[in-house]
Amino acid sequence: MLQGWLVVLASFGYIGLLFAIAWYADRRARAGRSMIASPVIYSLSLAVYATAWTFYGSVGRAAHDGVGFLPIYIGPTLMILLWGFVLRKMLRITRIARITSLADFAASRYGKSALLGGLVTVIAVIGILPYISLQLKAVSSSFEILLSYPEVVVPERGGSMPFLKVTALYVAMFMALFAIAFGTRQVDVGERHEGMVAAIAFESIVKLVSFLAVGIYVTFGLFDGFGDVFGRAAARPDLAKLMAPFATEGALANWAWMTVLSMFAIVFLPRQFQVAVIENVDERHLNTAVWLFPLYMLAINLFVLPIALGGLLTFSWGADADSFVLSLPMYHRQEALTLLVFVGGISAATGMVIVETVALSTMVCNDLVMPILLRWKRLDLARRADFTRLLLDIRRGAIVAILLLGYFYFIVAGEAYALVSIGLISFAAVAQFAPPLLIGLYWKGGSRNGALAGLLAGFSVWLYTLLLPAFARSGWLGMDLVEAGPLGIDWLRPTHLFGLAVLDPVTHSMIWSMIANVGAYLAVSLTGRQSVAERHQARLFVDVFREPGKRGTACRATASAGALQSLLSRFLGGERAADLFRAYARSRGVRSADELRGDPDLLAFAELQLAGTIGAASAHAMVATVAQEQAPGLDEVMTIIDEASQVIAYSHELEEKQRELEAATAGLKAANERLKELDRLKDDFISTVTHELRTPLTSIRAFSEILHDNADIDPAERHRFLGLIIKESERLTRLINQVLDLAKLESGLAEWQNAELDLNEIVADAVGSTSQLFKGRSVAIETEVAAALPPVSADRDRVMQVLLNLLSNAVKFSPAGTGRVRVRVEPEGNCVRVDVEDNGVGIEAAQQAAIFEKFRQVGDTLTHKPAGTGLGLAICRQIVMRLGGRLWVKSSPGAGSVFSFTLPLAPHSAAALAGE
Amino acid sequence: MHASSRKRQQLVGLFLLGCLMFNYPLITLFDRPELVLGVPLLYAYLFGAWALIIAIVAVIVERRD
Repeated sequence: MLQGWLVVLASFGYIGLLFAIAWYADRRARAGRSMIASPVIYSLSLAVYATAWTFYGSVGRAAHDGVGFLPIYIGPTLMILLWGFVLRKMLRITRIARITSLADFAASRYGKSALLGGLVTVIAVIGILPYISLQLKAVSSSFEILLSYPEVVVPERGGSMPFLKVTALYVAMFMALFAIAFGTRQVDVGERHEGMVAAIAFESIVKLVSFLAVGIYVTFGLFDGFGDVFGRAAARPDLAKLMAPFATEGALANWAWMTVLSMFAIVFLPRQFQVAVIENVDERHLNTAVWLFPLYMLAINLFVLPIALGGLLTFSWGADADSFVLSLPMYHRQEALTLLVFVGGISAATGMVIVETVALSTMVCNDLVMPILLRWKRLDLARRADFTRLLLDIRRGAIVAILLLGYFYFIVAGEAYALVSIGLISFAAVAQFAPPLLIGLYWKGGSRNGALAGLLAGFSVWLYTLLLPAFARSGWLGMDLVEAGPLGIDWLRPTHLFGLAVLDPVTHSMIWSMIANVGAYLAVSLTGRQSVAERHQARLFVDVFREPGKRGTACRATASAGALQSLLSRFLGGERAADLFRAYARSRGVRSADELRGDPDLLAFAELQLAGTIGAASAHAMVATVAQEQAPGLDEVMTIIDEASQVIAYSHELEEKQRELEAATAGLKAANERLKELDRLKDDFISTVTHELRTPLTSIRAFSEILHDNADIDPAERHRFLGLIIKESERLTRLINQVLDLAKLESGLAEWQNAELDLNEIVADAVGSTSQLFKGRSVAIETEVAAALPPVSADRDRVMQVLLNLLSNAVKFSPAGTGRVRVRVEPEGNCVRVDVEDNGVGIEAAQQAAIFEKFRQVGDTLTHKPAGTGLGLAICRQIVMRLGGRLWVKSSPGAGSVFSFTLPLAPHSAAALAGE
Repeated sequence: MHASSRKRQQLVGLFLLGCLMFNYPLITLFDRPELVLGVPLLYAYLFGAWALIIAIVAVIVERRD
């Protein structure tokens, strides 16, 4: 006989056991031997996903539409397969940035925005209320059903259930105490609660075992195995329908959207985020969870349909399908099993409520209440000495408030719906977090305003299309609004927005809220601008695997180390703060915390520690109260500019180097070309010289052979031939001398004996020694010299050589008889110029440059026998250049030529000239 | 490192397979009121596919690199 006292005793006994487990796990954790550092415990703690919804509600859902309960578990199975890309990234970010909750995560991603954190908190709290009311409803109904043992009663629908309402209130208050005891005993670093996780893992075992027990009892005890249950159900047309449910219009769309919805829920339900991300102690635990957690879900769902069908077959008079799990063993007077099921139901509900309210209270405290309190100047909270007590009180208050609100929701709207339908409303609410957080995890462009806009839009649609009809159905608002639309506007009907019918209300709401959410998020992000802090945080999140450990603050403020330590001790306690600072000092290679400089690095460190307790947005605000709030100061800006200009200078230097290198390369190329050219010239010179040497040699040899072979040659002829041989020999000698002379000049080996010379005198000598030549060709010569010519510095013999060469050329090219050569000497600047002018044939402009080259002679060498060696002018130019002067020609065909050269003045006369 | 990256990619492949198996149109092939070995066809298919995926996942992640 199940007495009320026995049920209460069993409940308290079970909860006492949970406390014992939690206490033990906490003690082990403090001793450094964590109990939850196991992949199996981690997987079991994830199974907090299975709540009273799963335990009682799935059977109710299955009794209604067959396999409709399954997407809720298949979605997470699929989602967790993406862990390597989603959960792993969130875990890493959480660890690096000391994230404490889902709201904190959102706020951190979008520039530590307190506004966004607050909005996420509000949405989460309101969105989760139906879910909490579901647990209250399930537990209080199960209690009520149990107390009427062995009668199986149908909990009445409607307003007159005073008993159930009172029970639910007791349950709510009791759960609040329970959650407070578990979750807010102390302010934990990083909001980790080892004891709670251990208890949750234990609860997961209890609920699985009791559900499997009742499943096996129904399938194999009441019926004769699966075949019997299904066979008998298939025989009934109304039940056979449940085995092929997709024929119903919209069922496939509902199925698909439920899958998507639960994929989001497994990540973004606050309690799932808490156990999967915040409470995770080792990323590698996901390796096991990725298959063990789905296996758990498969196991707990295996008997849902048999129990549902068994219940429908047993209670043909229409008992509440949501309580089949309990009423079936009760109906068959299985007292022990009934009690086990009751405890299993309690474990499913309490697990959810504890973790959910702890997670939500952290969010409410860190992201809603604290930011407001800290900004409330009149409270002057920032000066308060000890915050730990205040933080705990806020959280405790939040837990009580959340459960009371859940109770309130249950009273207002909970009765009209089946368990699963209530829960799905909450799923649809938290699904709103998916766009800003999932997209924001991979796209840096998502902005704070975009996230705010998306969340507001999606949440508004959710309020209108799901929450409003829920209230309306409970009779609090007129059903007119739902059935006819506001002001009778048909296309604004909350459950058939814009005429979209057929679908389940949740699917309908999901479609419109996702369109609104994603649309607003993208539109605002793409058209707006991001602040520096937003960009910094976005990079931190998106590139978390690319820059491991590299982080800093966007804000560059400073504060004294002492002020920071006292700030930390207000939130974490003096001892812990001192420990943290000592450890930090050690890592910085400083002996004690007193010697730490309050630089931005220390500020970032303090903020990170604080974030682990009160959330990123609040931590940022708190640190700002002690920091000298300097928007990037002049020094920092100068440093930044300096770094930038160094980089620029460096690149300039590189460019310069490259240019130099290019110039050097070009120079080398030119030198190489020049070398090749010289090489070619040398070859040409040698071949020309040998050719020039061969010509006289050939003549000499030819004439010598004639004389040798013909002994009887005419003496006059012989004499002429010998004369030619002598002439050619002389030419040959002259040629060889000149070649040697040129080689000497070019190699710089020639000896120079520079002295002060009077050019007038040398010119007179040169004219004198060539007078015989002039007479021979009847060419007149005139000399025109300047009086008082300053002396030049030169080698006398060489100047003579040049003059003789020019004069003999002038004679050679002047017409015999009418020829006239004029030599003019005059000072010009700091040189003396000598002109040798003739009235000969002249030189074409094109050839004027060529005549100074070796072996170049003017005129057609084919028709005229060359009159010289072709080296004279080349030698003259070499000599003049060597003496520091110039040699050039001015001429035009038929008008004679003027060969001129200059010689520099002797040093002292040049100085005298300059002095004048 | 490479091996674990490969595992992650294999799991994503499995995710895509799961999306295919648990969705329209494949799922409608089994939407018939028939019993297979005493179990409804759809029910058997869903749990069978689910168990298969879990088994493959377990093999992938627990296999030594």
